[in-house]
Amino acid sequence: MPEHTVKSYDEELNQMTGTILRMGGMVEQQLADAITALIKRDPELAARVIEDDKPVDKLEHEVDHQVMRLLALRQPMAVDLRLITASLKISSDLERIGDYAANVAKRAGALSQVEPMRPVAVIPRMSLIVQGMIKDVLDAYMARDAERALAVWRRDEEVDEIYNSLFRELLTYMMEDPRHITPCTHLLFIAKNIERMGDHATNIAETISFLVTGTPLDEARPKGDTTPFTTSPLDLPDKGPGAA
Amino acid sequence: MATPAIDAKMEISGLDVFYGANQALFDVDMKFAENRVSALIGPSGCGKSTFLRCLNRMNDIIEGCRVSGDVLLDGNDIYAGDLDVVQLRARVGMVFQKPNPFPKSIYDNVAYGPRIHGLADNASELDEIVENSLRKAALYDEVVDRMSAPGTSLSGGQQQRLCIARAIAISPEVILMDEPCSALDPIATAKVEELIDELKEDFTIAIVTHNMQQAARVSQYTAFFHLGKLVEFGDTEAIFTNPEEKRTQDYITGRFG
Repeated sequence: MPEHTVKSYDEELNQMTGTILRMGGMVEQQLADAITALIKRDPELAARVIEDDKPVDKLEHEVDHQVMRLLALRQPMAVDLRLITASLKISSDLERIGDYAANVAKRAGALSQVEPMRPVAVIPRMSLIVQGMIKDVLDAYMARDAERALAVWRRDEEVDEIYNSLFRELLTYMMEDPRHITPCTHLLFIAKNIERMGDHATNIAETISFLVTGTPLDEARPKGDTTPFTTSPLDLPDKGPGAA
Repeated sequence: MATPAIDAKMEISGLDVFYGANQALFDVDMKFAENRVSALIGPSGCGKSTFLRCLNRMNDIIEGCRVSGDVLLDGNDIYAGDLDVVQLRARVGMVFQKPNPFPKSIYDNVAYGPRIHGLADNASELDEIVENSLRKAALYDEVVDRMSAPGTSLSGGQQQRLCIARAIAISPEVILMDEPCSALDPIATAKVEELIDELKEDFTIAIVTHNMQQAARVSQYTAFFHLGKLVEFGDTEAIFTNPEEKRTQDYITGRFG
């Protein structure tokens, strides 16, 4: 893309995209740390992750400010307009991801006070995929690469599948022994939070696709979370009615 | 280039224009939709004003100017040998960049066209035409008390609306506007833009503007010219949100070298 005739316009756009990338890096780290706090049973690290949410919120406000300034002063058109509105949406998706990471950290802190549970082991695998999605979707944003964004979008199915099987496993544990209910509920929420982060990463992927092509993505994403249809772990099919 | 389906009031095809040895327009095909506003945008010297002037043969008076190709108004060639140019310009009116009222009263500025074209049989009919034209140009309430004051005593924005009233007094079908707001302040500009939006109910409007936000605000179709060629023509919304041509995108986003 050639530069604008007015150089300061390019500088302002670069500042805005820079803020988004910093936010992205921060929430990626927040998630990684929250999972480490869970595995290492480290309440101090968990507390730090919760604190880390504040600077992310601050960056979101910074993006808001930069976007409003650009809209008011530059009257952006076409691809610039799409970049600016896309960035506004992406920052709110990233902010939500940060909130979920903080919530994972809170529950990790609670879980560190009770007996370890076996299903905890699945969480890092799920989280690694979502961390990869966040990283790749930010790379796609930086490179304005719709294909790479689409690849992220498709990967969300895998996250949903892990979540479904974990959901089933946790229900079984809870039925086995009512004392498992508290830790398993925390784990279930942690898994749900990570699954939601994946959904926000796919939102960002859709936004990037629109930013690059100018047309909304009309392909319907296969919805993988089948647990809303579940009544008991015994009648849960391998693939739920909503699965592709 | 995907040309939108248009119920054309004017249809231009294969238009070439030369000033002496210099070619100013190259093989332009375009349609003006009836009762719609079409904006012509592009950098200085791209040929948009030349193009506008072809639509009512204003180029005839420029020495060394040659026009070839078809310019049809309601399907009839306006460059046909037997065509009455004065009649043509009554059907295709024009508003210029700088307000240029006649050195006459406000009333006479508007009454001038209907008088020479014999559009009124008596004084009361003429009064009616003048009043209607001033009302359509959203100027009537501001000048009703001083109809005999000179047109030049009005403010710039009022003068431009007076020129618009003068143009519509002879009931043209098409109105050509060449940068009608470039000499006006933002409030007067907003009034003229509001007026353009109302005028499209009765007229087909073509407007040349350097102000892209203005083109985006007032028009339904936009044509982008560059180096004498029509680069892209389409729905205004599509041109300003997601143009097909890279040159259009570079121009409207301010990336032109």
